[in-house]
Amino acid sequence: MKNRKPLLGALLLGGLLLGGTAQATPSGEMLGNTCSGCHGTHGVSMGPASPTIAGISKAYFVDAMKAYRAGERPATIMNRIAKGYTDEEIEAMAVFFSGMSYEPQQQKFDAALAKKGAVLHKQFCEKCHEDGGTSSEDDAGLLGGQWTPYLSYTFEDFKAGTREMPKKMKKKVEELQLKAGDEGLPALLNFYASQGK
Amino acid sequence: MTHTTRRNFLKLSGGVAAIGALGFPAVSHAEGKKVVVVGGGVGGCTTAKYIRMMDSSVDVTLIEANEKYHTCFMSNEVLSGERTLDSITFDYEGLKKHGVTVVHDTVSGIDAAGKKVTTAGGQSFAYDRCVVSPGVSFKFDAIPGFSAELAEKIPHAWKAGPQTTLLRKQLEEMKDGGTVVIVAPPNPFRCPPGPYERASQIAWYLKNHKPKSKIVILDPKDKFSKQGLFLAGWKKHYGYGTETSMIKWVSGADGGKVESIDADALTIQAAVEEYKADVLNVIPPQQAGKIAFDAGLTDDAGWCPVDQKTFESTVHKDIHVIGDASNASPMPKSGYSANSQAKVCASAIVALLKGGSAPEPSYVNTCYSIITPDHGISVAAVYRLGEDGKIAAVKDAGGLTPADASDANLKREVSYAHSWFRNITHDVFG
Repeated sequence: MKNRKPLLGALLLGGLLLGGTAQATPSGEMLGNTCSGCHGTHGVSMGPASPTIAGISKAYFVDAMKAYRAGERPATIMNRIAKGYTDEEIEAMAVFFSGMSYEPQQQKFDAALAKKGAVLHKQFCEKCHEDGGTSSEDDAGLLGGQWTPYLSYTFEDFKAGTREMPKKMKKKVEELQLKAGDEGLPALLNFYASQGK
Repeated sequence: MTHTTRRNFLKLSGGVAAIGALGFPAVSHAEGKKVVVVGGGVGGCTTAKYIRMMDSSVDVTLIEANEKYHTCFMSNEVLSGERTLDSITFDYEGLKKHGVTVVHDTVSGIDAAGKKVTTAGGQSFAYDRCVVSPGVSFKFDAIPGFSAELAEKIPHAWKAGPQTTLLRKQLEEMKDGGTVVIVAPPNPFRCPPGPYERASQIAWYLKNHKPKSKIVILDPKDKFSKQGLFLAGWKKHYGYGTETSMIKWVSGADGGKVESIDADALTIQAAVEEYKADVLNVIPPQQAGKIAFDAGLTDDAGWCPVDQKTFESTVHKDIHVIGDASNASPMPKSGYSANSQAKVCASAIVALLKGGSAPEPSYVNTCYSIITPDHGISVAAVYRLGEDGKIAAVKDAGGLTPADASDANLKREVSYAHSWFRNITHDVFG
């Protein structure tokens, strides 16, 4: 997914130069500040379910917001909220939140499961979700130290088929399930919960 | 100013901000400028903190009478016993860490011409800009037979704290088979879905502990916030619409308007019938907090008119009013609105103190109500400043939890409601 960065850059530039709206666009900071009631100050969530979006990849943020806006990603409330923003505004927010540092949050976890999850993550997930899923450089979702209920909901949606997995992920998840069975997902979730600092 | 010029200016100013963020020293002309914030609730605390986060050279003093603050939001969960009062109690230590000077005193006057705030304790604070965020005050006398003194016995619990504890105690002491009467206020008031969430939370408690009991909501209104979602939830969990319904809502059209109260007998004379309560909760009609009246910031309706781009009072220059006390319609009087308005106001103040102009604003309101521990509902809106200088909801965005939301999603909304609570309180006080 790394090759998407230049494309995003071009989109941003295009948005700034060509995007014409009748009104001035609020700054990324102004827009981002409206999110903190649910996602925490500057996007660092205090949990227990709303995800941290500080330090999120720009491409991931833009994709997620546009998918919410189009009703292509399951949601309770984000689909309603995302409809309030233009492409240009979504891109400004993406720049704002990706510029913040990711702070993996401490949560309760089962140490034995987390240990198994660490092995599974390394084998099946690390290639795309780098540094234990704490890097935004890979343009993949933040996992290590992300709030467990959020990750759990995300997997429920993937499992229910209401959210589509990227092809490569689908293959890896199937391999993971073959290897670890029903324990695979709880092991991964406990590993991610153990990555808080 | 032409459209193109304005856009170019924004790009330029955006570029300067970006360079500042990368570590080049930003030149601030706000050094030593003084902001005095009156009121340590959601609006006041958020403004104080965000001004300091945006420009630490600004001298910010927050004046608040109490040393602890109890959030009105989530206080209905204290009534049902789902959470403790302690969990909705916050102090001002977090603000001090952001360099805000916190003064515990009661503001006695705001001298708009002399630009200073005075307190009952005899202190005086000069300001370059003042922020007034006093919340609401109650029109106790609007209901014959009711008064501020009687509220010590018949709680409103619409400002959380001892009032919440009192109402919870009365609910705990009530016999099974008792009747709880909630007198809902007329529009506009703090937390539009609040009385109906309160009925839901009390019903949850009664269903589990005193199942023969009833709740009657006497309402002067014919409709209320999230009405369809509340009624569906009450139907699902509390038998609404049947003979044995735990909750009865009496609309204004059906005689819900209260004409008088007998505080000793706990009887309520409504437009059509008389009701007898075992526990009576009167949420009085509301207006802006007292200091807003004392400072001459209110209009005939009892709220504070403001420039909705900066929240500067249209009555007095250099004084900004935010939160429940301001007229920020169509934004509702909610904690999220106050928090969102506070950041718009903080950005404007920082820019204005530097001699610049207020940036283009953006606002959001998100409001959760919890019907049972597994059934949450929400309403959200994104707002921007219209060409006419007024706040306007973005068309086709926001709105309510869908009527056909799955049980799984209604349950998720509860955990997102609790996340909202943790995040907004940390954003305000942390």
